[in-house]
Amino acid sequence: MSGREFVSGNEAFAAGVRLARPKVISAYPITPQTVVVERLSEMVEDGSLDADFIHVESEHSALSCAMGASAAGVRTFTATSSQGLLYMAECLPYAAGGRFPIVMMNANRSIALPWNIYGDQSDSLSQLSSGWIQAYAQDAQEALDLALMSFYIAEHPDVSTPYMANLDGFHLTHTYEIVDVPDAIAADTFLPPLRTDNKIDFTAPKNMAFSAGPGHNAAFKYRQHAAMLRVRSVAAEAEERFAGIFGRRYTGLTESYMTDDADFIIVTLGAVSGLCRDAADAMRARGVRAGVLRIRYMRPFPGIEISDALRGAKAAAVLEKDISIGKSGAVFTEVAGATDAPLSNYIGGLGGEDISEEDILGIYEDLRSGRGGVHFLGIGEAE
Amino acid sequence: MTQILWHGRGGQGAFTAARILGAAYVSGGDGRYALAFPAFGPERRGAPMRAFAKLSGAPIHARSEIKTPDFTVFLDGTLFTEPSETGVTLVNSPLPLRGAVTIDAGRIAASFSIPTPNTAMLGALAALLGIISPREMELGVAAVMPERLRARNTGAIRAANEFVCKGGRP
Amino acid sequence: MIRPYLREKGAFAIGEYPEGTAFTAGYLTSRNGGWRSERPVIDISKCVMCSQCYLHCPDGTIFELETEKRYAIDYDFCKGCGICAKMCKPGAITMIPEGTA
Repeated sequence: MSGREFVSGNEAFAAGVRLARPKVISAYPITPQTVVVERLSEMVEDGSLDADFIHVESEHSALSCAMGASAAGVRTFTATSSQGLLYMAECLPYAAGGRFPIVMMNANRSIALPWNIYGDQSDSLSQLSSGWIQAYAQDAQEALDLALMSFYIAEHPDVSTPYMANLDGFHLTHTYEIVDVPDAIAADTFLPPLRTDNKIDFTAPKNMAFSAGPGHNAAFKYRQHAAMLRVRSVAAEAEERFAGIFGRRYTGLTESYMTDDADFIIVTLGAVSGLCRDAADAMRARGVRAGVLRIRYMRPFPGIEISDALRGAKAAAVLEKDISIGKSGAVFTEVAGATDAPLSNYIGGLGGEDISEEDILGIYEDLRSGRGGVHFLGIGEAE
Repeated sequence: MTQILWHGRGGQGAFTAARILGAAYVSGGDGRYALAFPAFGPERRGAPMRAFAKLSGAPIHARSEIKTPDFTVFLDGTLFTEPSETGVTLVNSPLPLRGAVTIDAGRIAASFSIPTPNTAMLGALAALLGIISPREMELGVAAVMPERLRARNTGAIRAANEFVCKGGRP
Repeated sequence: MIRPYLREKGAFAIGEYPEGTAFTAGYLTSRNGGWRSERPVIDISKCVMCSQCYLHCPDGTIFELETEKRYAIDYDFCKGCGICAKMCKPGAITMIPEGTA
């Protein structure tokens, strides 16, 4: 498969993973992630992907298996969503601390209770401190491109850190759209085979996944943090290389849309960003200087980029699909730490709730009227 | 942008029809963009469900549900209560309905041994849309359906298309 | 036969730490022989070299000397659990309270 294809976000990501030629895929199915592992298992079955597909009994095992495979020195992929990510949670910092450059696709989905299989970002945003790189795609093309770039960034010797690529459940995973699928030769040019010393090697035996007491522990976390911060420059390098080979250009940890002269900016992430850009266009047509700042990476956190983009704004709002109960959205908390701009928070799209253009226009109108606070779209301000 | 809202029952293939429509439209060339997605709600065979298709000559950014459809398609006549306030309403019904274009898609589908009315309704819709060539529709079917289903469904699409083009009178 | 060992170097500059928990063995370990209240002692005259003590030691502290064909115990890492003494059919291993000869 190469060329223009009408595929879902899951299928696009699977196509990207195939081009990356992982040697081990270990995953447990969960809606709305299921299709990506179904497609990959079909590719393994029909021989178009030379990998071992390990069927496991849980997400905890899926990531444990992935760690084992990565520790054997091969490119490794897994995927999950929602409750699966939470069940895997114990293993997330384990993989990150072990510096295993595993790539995981997470289909962003609501977390229970109430039980719900539809899209929001509560799952991944609850795991910001796990040590994983976190990226958020806005469409199926970016999903496919992230599948390729994620391995490049995760496996880069300056980074060597696992990478979680997030796709909004249903809004991306189950939406069919036109995607340009690169050919395998170009993909091979972009992505070199994995080379790592962080592996079991009988000719150079090492102690792996060990404990480190009080005297040494902080040093490992410090090194981990420093490597995560290097993702900013390594991602830029990957994107430059990607643009040179495939002609599609990405913009680092954030993507700005008319923020340079904007009075009012919506900061958001994922699939709803396009709708926000349409709304910004509509506001501009009314003479209001509106802009959108899309967060592409939550880890490492783009504090510098956010600070710069919001510097001239009269007010900004963070629109996100999660709520850290008793505080605000998790993204709002982080953005607030990076800017002095007056900032409000809109919680929307929970459990797959539709977000309309009217909702976004309403946020811009609120910004113009100087309204602050934490609001639930369609419900109102939390008291 | 042309927006199509599909109403159907779980199992009737509304989402499949939306996907074929999108794939057919984008097969027309680089300047064509489409989104096809299901409504996010309980999914059960027989339960009312919706699907959406957006077609445009420019990249489509908004992934919201369609509120003001250009075409509203009812795969099951029992789901129809009144015509859409915007655009054209197309209903699978053997009887004429006020404010709607009707076609007995079930009968056309049955004549091709197809248990679902989705592709016949897609053919009728394509006739109303007037922007998708028969060749593009074949490419759309090929992109979505396995080989063994293609000939019959392409036949149903064509038959329904001709029925509407001839004025919709049996 | 690989058994635990200690390296001389104990303090590191931050840049000397490895990227991740994969490191040549021996650097970040410390002696834990002090955990023992009893220590195993091998009576070479009774030992038949059956390897049961070596196979069952949970810490890999029993090893065959390179210079002669007999087993020895690494007291830097032996925690004094006594499994070797239990497993020794000929009764060549005796647990002796620490602090006695």
